Amino acid sequence: MRTVSALYALALYGFIFLPVVVLVLFSFQDGRFPIPPFKGFSTRWYERVFTDADLVEALVHSLFVACVSSAVACLLGFLAAYGLARARLPGGAAVRGFLMAPLTVSYLIIGLGLLISFNLTGVSRSLWTVGIGHAVINTPLCFAIVFASMGAHQATIERAARDLGAPEWRVLWLVSAPMVMPSILAAFALSVTFSWDEFIIAFLLSRFDVTLPVEIWSLLRSGLNPTTNAVGSVVFLISVALVLVFEIAFAARRAR
Amino acid sequence: MTAPVEIEAITRRFGRVTVLDAVSLELEAGEFAVLLGPSGCGKTTLLNIIGGFLDASAGTVRIGGNDVTQLPAAQRPTTTVFQDYALFPHMTIAQNVAFGLRMRGERRRARLARAAEMLELVGLPGMARRRPHELSGGQRQRVALARALAVRPEVLLLDEPLGALDLKLRRAMQDELKTIQREVGTTFIHVTHDQEEAMAIADRVVLMNAGRIEDQGSPERVYLRPQTAFSAAFMGEINTIPGTAEDGGVATPLGHITVAHHLAVGQKAMLCVRPEHLLRQRPAIGQATVQDGAFFGTHTRVHLSVEGLPDLIAHLPVGAEIKPGDAVPLTPDTDAMFVLPRDPQ
Repeated sequence: MRTVSALYALALYGFIFLPVVVLVLFSFQDGRFPIPPFKGFSTRWYERVFTDADLVEALVHSLFVACVSSAVACLLGFLAAYGLARARLPGGAAVRGFLMAPLTVSYLIIGLGLLISFNLTGVSRSLWTVGIGHAVINTPLCFAIVFASMGAHQATIERAARDLGAPEWRVLWLVSAPMVMPSILAAFALSVTFSWDEFIIAFLLSRFDVTLPVEIWSLLRSGLNPTTNAVGSVVFLISVALVLVFEIAFAARRAR
Repeated sequence: MTAPVEIEAITRRFGRVTVLDAVSLELEAGEFAVLLGPSGCGKTTLLNIIGGFLDASAGTVRIGGNDVTQLPAAQRPTTTVFQDYALFPHMTIAQNVAFGLRMRGERRRARLARAAEMLELVGLPGMARRRPHELSGGQRQRVALARALAVRPEVLLLDEPLGALDLKLRRAMQDELKTIQREVGTTFIHVTHDQEEAMAIADRVVLMNAGRIEDQGSPERVYLRPQTAFSAAFMGEINTIPGTAEDGGVATPLGHITVAHHLAVGQKAMLCVRPEHLLRQRPAIGQATVQDGAFFGTHTRVHLSVEGLPDLIAHLPVGAEIKPGDAVPLTPDTDAMFVLPRDPQ
């Protein structure tokens, strides 16, 4: 029985990680095609990635869009969570439902909707519109994470702050936000990774300046090439690094 | 700082339920008042209305002569010590205590100096740089007190502040609260359901029941001469002997008992005596049989059965030789007895 379980686990992890392993392996291919057989080890495709101005520029764009859109999503999500957790609104549950609904809509639909809206309002496509798209998909997520961490005990603490003379914006800034900061950071981390990977919306809403997934896609159109493997590996590495950094940061917070 | 508090006909309804029914109360500046009552009596609701956390459905709250009924909590000259302390978990103890002063725009050095002074007052010097989670429950409660007093409120509201502490700590904190109140002179309004705590600290006990003030006065007055049957029973154990008011006393199944009262002759009455006043080597008014006794440390509590009456409870000094089955004369201190009207039932 144990061997069966072990084999099953192995098959499962193989299924999940084999594509990544193959991708990374053939990014070091000493040859022109990222297909077997493996002809030898070379880092020249990485050199090509980092000397390709378009790719490096796209990488910077991606990071910029990810950080800015995630910050906006966290801010909006936090404010919505605070309002819905603290005030008894008529139809509060419905408002909450509407806020979370975009989580169930496909990115393609959201991207198309935004594209049409931007066309109608005459907003030209740019990294800013991509950022808006990513804020749209990540705000419900940030809202859900922060809302879940707002308890009744914190409401008393906010009451204490008001009692001591704090105006509403200072209660938010000095008391409410710091108390749920772990959730806000978690929401930010998730948003960044989602935005970093996102293709459809970025593709539909960008024009001359593009994000990394869009740049990779245009590379793929010119055929398979170990450069795409190398840049894919870089994307993967950065994602893993992000996850590790946040994990370590949270572990340190918990330990305190 | 200190100020008188006037509460005028405060009513509060939650939907169809009336939690406070036209409650009026006047407290003098510097008074230590305790709102006492069973849970659901409206005492916490009244405190929240004074503090500005809850709107009254009707009525007026005046502090120092100013109508504050419409002011939000942040603008009232009151601060609150919450039951669960409600310290800011992400700030140091000094930052917690100095928070109110920061909101008032005081400079950093001035407010940290004041915080140190307040921590000294509540007996926590040298804790300034700790964080709330490093402190014990009793210490957190002291920090909450220091934080509320740091802004020099005219009125301090305490919402069952000792409820979460163990008995020994609670007694110690009661004494300390009383001392601190005398030192700062602020009007304190303290909510509790523990009548012993109320008597230990209050200048004035305000006993509430079902949204109304049932009785109020000094602890001695409310305990020894309660105005209603509810307050007699809530303040401590009480023996009641049914009877009828007569001139200069009450006619009971034990005969005429001479006791002062304000009832009309012929009115149904209830003669009340506390267990510690029942066996006091005065003239006997009847005979009783000891049923059982239990040792309580400071006294022995015995059940007595008397012909024609419900069972009585008496407290005897420790060392009294008494066994179940013994016959004892009932020798109450008639000066400590009081008479209340009895519902015709």
